[in-house]
Amino acid sequence: MKYDAIVIGAGMSGLAAGIRLAMFDKKVVLLEKHSIPGGLNSYYQRRNFDKGGIRQFDVGLHALTNFIKKGEKGKPFSKLLKQLRLSYDDFKLCPQTYSKILFPDIELKFSNDFELLLTEVHEKFPQQIDQFNQLVEKVRAFNELDLSLGYSSSRETLKAILSDEMLIEMILCPLLIYGSAWEDDMDFAQFVIMFKSLYFEGFSRPHGGVRTIISLLMKKLEEAGGEIRFKTAVSEILTNDQGEAIGVIAGDQELLAPVILSSIGYPETVKLTPQMKIMPRVGAMTFLESIFVFDQKIPLEQIDSTIVFYNNAPKYDYRPAKNYFDSNSAVVCFPDNYETSLRSGEGTVRITYMANYDQWKALPKADYDILKEKVGESALSLLKKLNPAFEGKLLFKDVFSPTTIERYTSHLKGTVYGSIDKTRDGRTPVKNLYIIGTDQGFLGIVGSMLSGISMANLHGLMNEI
Amino acid sequence: MADVRQIVIDIISDIAPDEDVTNLDDKLSLREQLDLDSMDFLDIVMELRKRHKVEVPQEDYPKLATLESCVSYLSPKFA
Repeated sequence: MKYDAIVIGAGMSGLAAGIRLAMFDKKVVLLEKHSIPGGLNSYYQRRNFDKGGIRQFDVGLHALTNFIKKGEKGKPFSKLLKQLRLSYDDFKLCPQTYSKILFPDIELKFSNDFELLLTEVHEKFPQQIDQFNQLVEKVRAFNELDLSLGYSSSRETLKAILSDEMLIEMILCPLLIYGSAWEDDMDFAQFVIMFKSLYFEGFSRPHGGVRTIISLLMKKLEEAGGEIRFKTAVSEILTNDQGEAIGVIAGDQELLAPVILSSIGYPETVKLTPQMKIMPRVGAMTFLESIFVFDQKIPLEQIDSTIVFYNNAPKYDYRPAKNYFDSNSAVVCFPDNYETSLRSGEGTVRITYMANYDQWKALPKADYDILKEKVGESALSLLKKLNPAFEGKLLFKDVFSPTTIERYTSHLKGTVYGSIDKTRDGRTPVKNLYIIGTDQGFLGIVGSMLSGISMANLHGLMNEI
Repeated sequence: MADVRQIVIDIISDIAPDEDVTNLDDKLSLREQLDLDSMDFLDIVMELRKRHKVEVPQEDYPKLATLESCVSYLSPKFA
């Protein structure tokens, strides 16, 4: 079978790339190993044994970053809408209440209005406000979309501007755990992407969760004439005598195309390409998530933030847990707190810990289940600490581990933010084979979709003209 | 003779449905008057090809800067 382009993986970046190519009459096929689309941002369901019916859960997405109000222009989200010809209203965005960075004895609130964070820094770090404004100006003026940038340390840059170490740690905390493949630090270009998308723009959640986004993208892909095959794993990326990619083997079929866009991760792509000898490094950061369902949502008068970035020490250690999981640091997401109007029905809480892949991978099955229980208990006690007045009755819990992530996403070592070797222009040592998604270096759901769009534009559409 | 000006305006209003294209100044750059970035200019080029089989090579993108320059550059291609 011959195509104009093959996209490996039907996550956010693969779907967006497929739409762009199909929109301009390219014959494109998306090959997805799993039985459903979404990749790292997917969903699952479990039967409700008490009341019948099913409960739906999101995986990945805590929040959609890059929030804009309807009609705002020149922002990543508005570019995305235009490029995919989607309307703002289709996303049914519910803005966050506010979120907070909670360290011992000090907290910083932020919301979709940047003024709140400025006021918080002013109140809590009065000595640092001028320096913080200086940082904000630097971030504002920085062109993070320049594809020619190399790595530079965010910590170094922050230390050169801010002198209060606690403030540096607090600013970094959400940005690292929502996007960094690197331990304890991140590339400054990625810091800027994250700073703008979290602090300048903020969080929202589509009504209906990640499914709303995925079904929008699937519908658009179908309308544009793109083909998608599920349960179709690529086993090899084929190259010719000149060392150029020419197609893939998927299932028992050979599919050929002059352009191949791979969203499955840089090291994961190299593994499928015998032609490529140099292995990009796999990141060490992986996570555990506990999901709880209670018989009620948090009552309106107790509603606190939408997302809490919790750290029980003055220093934020963003690195693999020393002992299976790190209960001193967590992201606590209350998906119901996006819509304060809807307070009836069951309530959900999701708690994410940093984990240690090698330890989880080595666990015997019996110990694995016991340890997952412990993670759940620890997460529940953190929830009690954060919301002491909440009296909801626990109806359901689930914990997924680094090995769960590895199993469902096929990301080596259960990474979520991919390799620490990014390829910003998408190019690989193999001609006609390009990387899209997390390992191209744009972050978050909006970033992933923009990655698919811009790489499809650059390598699939523009090179033809 | 095709109305090249209208063809370009139709494409822009499909790409950027929220933009007001009724009072454009033909001599001013489209970027100054509308929220268009390089990705949008790619879409103008792609739509010209898709709808009208008109090809615009990458080095000629600057010739689409204003409505007036669009008309003078594209008209021979529609002839």
